[in-house]
Amino acid sequence: MAEVMSMDDIRATAARLNVDLTSLDLDSIRIPPDEDLGIVSDDEDLKDEDSLEFEEGFGNIIVVDNLPVVVKEKFEKLEGVVRKIYSQIGLIKEDGLWMPVDPDTQKTLGYCFIEYNTSQEAELAKEKTNGYKLDRSHIFAVSMFDDIEKFLKVPEEWAPPERKPYAPGENLQKWLTDEKARDQFVIRAGSDTEVLWNDARQSKPDPVYKRSYWTESFVQWSPLGTYLATVHRQGAAVWGGATTFNRLMRYAHPQVKLIDFSPGERFLVTYSSHEPSNPRDTHRVVINIFDVRTGKVMRDFKGSADEFAVGGTGGVSGISWPVFRWSGGKEDKYFARIGKNVVSVYETETFTLIDKKSIKVENVMDFSWSPTDPILALFVPELGGGNQPARVSLVQIPGKEELRQKNLFSVSDCKMYWQSNGEYLAVKVDRYTKTKKSTYTGFELFRIKERDIPIEVLELENKNDKIIAFAWEPKGHRFAIIHGDNPRPDVSFYSMRSGTNTGRFSKLTTLKGKQANALFWSPGGRFVILAGLKGFNGQLEFYNVDELETMAQAEHFMATDVEWDPTGRYVVTAVTSVHEMENGFNVWSFNGKLLYRILKDHFFQFLWRPRPPSFLSAEKEDEIAKNLKRYSKKYEAEDQDVSMLLSEQDREKRKMLKEEWERYISEWKRLHEEEKLERQNLRDGEASDEEEEYEAKEVEIEELLDVSEEVISFD
Amino acid sequence: MRPILMKGHERPLTFLKYNRDGDLLFSCAKDHNPTVWFADNGERLGTYRGHNGAVWSCDVSRDSAMLITGSADQTAKIWNVKTGTPVYTFNFDSPTRSVDLAVGDKLAVITTDPFMGLTSAIHIKQIARDPDDQIGESVLTLKGPQGRINRAVWGPLNRTIISAGEDSVVRIWDSETGKLLKESDKEDGHKKPITSLSKSTDGSHFLTGSLDKSAKLWDIRTLALIKTYVTERPVNAVAMSPLLNHVVLGGGQDASAVTTTDHRAGKFEAKFYDKILTEEIGGVKGHFGPINALAFNPDGRSFASGGEDGYVRLHHFDPDYFNIKI
Repeated sequence: MAEVMSMDDIRATAARLNVDLTSLDLDSIRIPPDEDLGIVSDDEDLKDEDSLEFEEGFGNIIVVDNLPVVVKEKFEKLEGVVRKIYSQIGLIKEDGLWMPVDPDTQKTLGYCFIEYNTSQEAELAKEKTNGYKLDRSHIFAVSMFDDIEKFLKVPEEWAPPERKPYAPGENLQKWLTDEKARDQFVIRAGSDTEVLWNDARQSKPDPVYKRSYWTESFVQWSPLGTYLATVHRQGAAVWGGATTFNRLMRYAHPQVKLIDFSPGERFLVTYSSHEPSNPRDTHRVVINIFDVRTGKVMRDFKGSADEFAVGGTGGVSGISWPVFRWSGGKEDKYFARIGKNVVSVYETETFTLIDKKSIKVENVMDFSWSPTDPILALFVPELGGGNQPARVSLVQIPGKEELRQKNLFSVSDCKMYWQSNGEYLAVKVDRYTKTKKSTYTGFELFRIKERDIPIEVLELENKNDKIIAFAWEPKGHRFAIIHGDNPRPDVSFYSMRSGTNTGRFSKLTTLKGKQANALFWSPGGRFVILAGLKGFNGQLEFYNVDELETMAQAEHFMATDVEWDPTGRYVVTAVTSVHEMENGFNVWSFNGKLLYRILKDHFFQFLWRPRPPSFLSAEKEDEIAKNLKRYSKKYEAEDQDVSMLLSEQDREKRKMLKEEWERYISEWKRLHEEEKLERQNLRDGEASDEEEEYEAKEVEIEELLDVSEEVISFD
Repeated sequence: MRPILMKGHERPLTFLKYNRDGDLLFSCAKDHNPTVWFADNGERLGTYRGHNGAVWSCDVSRDSAMLITGSADQTAKIWNVKTGTPVYTFNFDSPTRSVDLAVGDKLAVITTDPFMGLTSAIHIKQIARDPDDQIGESVLTLKGPQGRINRAVWGPLNRTIISAGEDSVVRIWDSETGKLLKESDKEDGHKKPITSLSKSTDGSHFLTGSLDKSAKLWDIRTLALIKTYVTERPVNAVAMSPLLNHVVLGGGQDASAVTTTDHRAGKFEAKFYDKILTEEIGGVKGHFGPINALAFNPDGRSFASGGEDGYVRLHHFDPDYFNIKI
């Protein structure tokens, strides 16, 4: 960041030099060209970009060394051989192969230059032919032309690296120590990206940091909330801090499309796919894994899109993102990807495969990690026309031993849902009916933490019900299912415990005919929002699962997104730019009270800043829960003060506005009165000004409530 | 109270105007026939036949004897309100958009659209007491603003003319010399075309509505911005209650997009705002197209809205309305 003089400094300097600032037209000052007078330009990034482009100018040229040295007669033969080898890899430019000849001896010098159409081809050629054995004494040494300069700069003697003095960085978790215990969120609307505090007491957001064109496609928080990642043409960048949002690190990856943090935010995976020069080829995919703190590339993966598309479905042009899935836990120890008949598990110590080989699993379709433990769940579909049943198996890493396996018959598809503590795994199984014409759905429930991992089978009362959504209660033992047919499906709640028996699941309740197609549990559990997004136009129901009662029903018309804040106190519903109208977001309390509403055109993203898990010990947390009343007193008092202050401010404001308005009115009245005569003249003397006829009058209305007639006998 | 639905137009409504007594309501629509209704029960009284194009606006004289209308057929016509016969026709070279009578009904300001290479213009015409003395010549013609001028009205004592239009700037002109006196500045002003303009009863301030989803209240003499009302949809029509401190905004999404979305998505409600606090206080639903025109009865006890759907809806307020407290 450039150092900026404050306005006060400028005024002080001006006073010292006897310069009248007001008479100064700053725009008219021209700084001599090529001279920055020590003023650091704000757009240093621009310069970086330029140099990058320059480098790319020679990125498509490679140098091949260790060629045989041949006499003039054999020159053409050698050239033919080299051309044959290298034109297999990519299209060599016209006159793109140049083998220099020593003018004295007329012999070749043993190296040549090859220019490709694209830098990707050049890189591929370098990768494939470096170390290529032409014969025993001629092993190719291939390097990029761009690197030559770098090689020239290598000093002859080793010098010890300079020691940089330690500069203490900013406390990146300062935002957690906010006095009012607020949470931050980031929004992206139009070209602006903004970080704000959710100040629910004041019923408005409190701005923290705002920047236009901060990112070129999207922003993303790291899983513990330490960093905010932005995506640019040249690569990704992370920013941090409570209020400053300085750039902490950059990760060069041209044309990066997708990014993914490891759960402990130690590593960042970036992905890009490149258009092939030959349209018949598949896209080339580049994946880099960076160390978040140092910015070093720990490992890169390159290949055709097909190699990364196996097993997964959907995603960006056949690739399911994230390609690499991380094992749970803060340590970021393992990551894995699925391939043809294999699951490749890497460990982050060395960034190589565990035991140097992948796990062989015939026909594996899908896998997922336990969110807390190094356990893999694998799904293999039916083989051999049903002779070999489909199965779900749990594999322990790094030992690769199978903990549990379940065979399933006549299966069409499986989906795995882990509970956030890794205690339970639910597998949604779609099975064919006997006729094979339709499918029905059931669930297999695994208890991971119990001995031998017992499995229970859950089938819905109405077997033919379609499953619309499934969700575990975070950190809890309950789950919810939306099932049945649109437009009014049912919602059922189950618990993995039943009464005193913790080993059997039980149904809690079923809510009939709800306009919902998505479930959003509070991060603290207990509360869930049944949301009817898309087709249901944004119906919301706030449900308390402890009491099994609806707390509130509301609607955020056209809502597309529902996001709980990390503490489970507030929830946001948003309409993003998939709709043209109504863009913006609503902030609700957990029990369904609308707190405030912000409208933004071209609203793209809303993301709460995640919080790391609590640093308190379990005992301390219990203690707090027990003495909650005592602790909450302080906050309640604060709340009351704020609301008093607010209503006071509100009253003040209203009074001010009213007074201001009165001033206008009286001024207008005066002018109106002054102009009265002239107006009469304009109207040829007609006197009445219409406004006097319509004064508001108080009218008393008598209402007859009851009339009773009584005949009084006359005597 | 249930609104009265008045179905007399075959095409979208464009403008509504009450006479001074509040017993007659004049409506203009894209069909060619301005219509007059009883403002109390919504009964149709008659139509004014003679225009050959969409009628964009109208104004009625203080004594309710004379009506002036501006139409896309490149004319503005003066009518006898009682008999429905055209009295005089002003011919222009381009469609006329807005008409407004001055205090005293001796002058009228008429705006014309840009058309076939002609720029938009504001014309000031003299209106004769006796139709036989009527002449077609303009007293003054003002040019300058880019794009259509959607509305031009008279300022206090007929000394100024206030215009607003597609270039989203509000201007005050001297009606004697034709000099531009004031312009709303870019910072405060509207960001998108201004669609409507409505004066307060005493002519001391006016309200403008714009496609930038806001309405703004201005001082008519100083052009000082007083209030801004922010809404969720483009504003096509504005009106101010003469009785209470309320303003009404009408609008909705573009007519071209209406058929593709849910009726609620279009926001075809007439929205009520507190004039001083600029807070929304309520809404009146009903139209199934954007609201193009709004007018308050001069007694402030009823209002009318005209929509793209071809209906005029006449709303008499419930007694509760007069007790709203915020």
